[in-house]
Amino acid sequence: MDDAICLTYDISPDDFTRAGEASSDVKKKLKQMGVGPEAVRKVAIAMYEGEINMVIHAKGGEIRVEITPERIVMILDDVGPGIPNVEKAMQAGYSTAPDEVRSLGFGAGMGLPNMKQYTDSMEIDTRIGVGTKITMVVNI
Amino acid sequence: MDKFYHSVRLDSNLCKGCINCIKRCPTEAIRVRNKKAQINSKFCIDCGECIRVCPHHAKYAIYDKLEEMKKYEYTVALPPPSLYSQFNHLDDVNIVLNALILMGFDDVFEVSAAAELVSEATRTYLAEHKDQLPIISTACPSVVRLIRVRFPNLIPHMLPLNPPIEIAAKLAAAEAMKKTGLTREKIGIFFISPCPSKVTYVKVPLGNETSQVDCVLAIKDVYPQLLSRMNAVKNDYTDIATSGKIGISWGRSGGESSGLLSENYLAADGIENVIRVLEDLEDQKFTNLEFIELNACNGGCVGGILTVENPYVAETKLKRLRRYMPVARTHMNHEAEEVIPWTTAVQYEPVFRLGNTMMESFSRLNQVERLCKKLPGLDCGSCGAPTCKALAEDIVRGNAKETDCVYNLRENLHNLSEEVSILADDLADGDKGGKETLRILKEYIQRISDEMSLLDRQENNDLPEK
Repeated sequence: MDDAICLTYDISPDDFTRAGEASSDVKKKLKQMGVGPEAVRKVAIAMYEGEINMVIHAKGGEIRVEITPERIVMILDDVGPGIPNVEKAMQAGYSTAPDEVRSLGFGAGMGLPNMKQYTDSMEIDTRIGVGTKITMVVNI
Repeated sequence: MDKFYHSVRLDSNLCKGCINCIKRCPTEAIRVRNKKAQINSKFCIDCGECIRVCPHHAKYAIYDKLEEMKKYEYTVALPPPSLYSQFNHLDDVNIVLNALILMGFDDVFEVSAAAELVSEATRTYLAEHKDQLPIISTACPSVVRLIRVRFPNLIPHMLPLNPPIEIAAKLAAAEAMKKTGLTREKIGIFFISPCPSKVTYVKVPLGNETSQVDCVLAIKDVYPQLLSRMNAVKNDYTDIATSGKIGISWGRSGGESSGLLSENYLAADGIENVIRVLEDLEDQKFTNLEFIELNACNGGCVGGILTVENPYVAETKLKRLRRYMPVARTHMNHEAEEVIPWTTAVQYEPVFRLGNTMMESFSRLNQVERLCKKLPGLDCGSCGAPTCKALAEDIVRGNAKETDCVYNLRENLHNLSEEVSILADDLADGDKGGKETLRILKEYIQRISDEMSLLDRQENNDLPEK
């Protein structure tokens, strides 16, 4: 039995041009693995939303992805301000994104709700002034 | 017919085994093996990029010769709007259409007329399928083939309507049979194509069991035939044109979208850009879009590799030609309505999967990851694969070996020669186990010569067929 495939991606802050690189790499690998289209779609959307969040709100961080034939675990670990009110942040349409980000078409307040919607489980561990760690799981 | 039939081919006599095509192929379908390119028919989408970049003209497109016209009692030409964009100072499409008749065709049916029907049907389809938005255009056969192998999630978003070429063929064939009383076999429907992708479509259509197009000619073959005849018809021609601005615009990127009379569309051209849009679409990066128009060639059909004019010059000519045209001249009728929808569904073909089962694929993906760490990551192409990652994938599929990497081979040789020199030093110092050292030394020298012969085999082109 093979070990889980572990992938690590560095996310640099404020770099919108590179946001999405990690999710697109994972997507390609899942397709090569023969993972069903629906699970690929869920991972792609959830992970891209997470990546964008790290670019907008945090001072960068790291995404670790573990792939096994049963599930995909995505751990998004950032150094950032933390989320003061997780319950509020989970509401559709709630956004604290600055205006310049909104003018780029981001910050619609659907990030966390989408991540939750497209994953089978999501845990948020956040500390004010330290950072946020989000663990998402998509079952295959 | 093979569902992976291709109109883009390789002439291995002309191939020099360089890496231009492997680097530019958008689906990584080409490898150089034994100093010759090989096209993987499952990965290839007939976009024609390799024909464009091959400096030795070793890639070519298959299409029919003009002589095919003699095989039929009655022939109909289907000129696409991209054909009109090839000529200087053309201010009336009728000149081209009449020249086609002088060339020997019995009738013409403009593809742009059929395109106006597709535009109308698309507007209706969009209004009735709001839950499936955005809808992706299916007029470019290479785009349809790309989605089929790479974007299973987007298959439900594809516009399930026949492309204008097919609708033109169906209507033209029916009209010709009615007009002449001839049986279908005696009538030849000739599409004049800007690209090989349409040839592939005609042989193995997606969305339809068979195509009503009988032969596909290349614009570059018809072009010289038309030039002299266009001079002949100059001032004396009949008005047989049946399309307006909407139909003519389909020849360039953005044209199909403009016929939808909506602003919520995106039009991308050039295969690399098309792939980026499809990736983003899969990640749901777009909101409020109704329609996605995608063309594999830069500039749209005017950029096809069987055309003669620079695509951007052609686009300008097309714009000028449309200026005084009515918006549309062909409108939906009962007969057309019936031939527009797809009759078969497009199935996902998971050709990029690494193994036959999920477990095998997972295990191979793991191997690819491990191999990638060992390979130099230079993507030099010397092994014949476009990237180190592609080589790793070939290795786990059993189509290549680790020693195909010249850098790995070089490092092996370095290590061995270092060992040899250490052993030689030992011998010179009068090492006690002189005989044993000599034996090991001989063994190393043998290994060096084995590795060298491996390199020579790669050079001399006598590597056994994999």
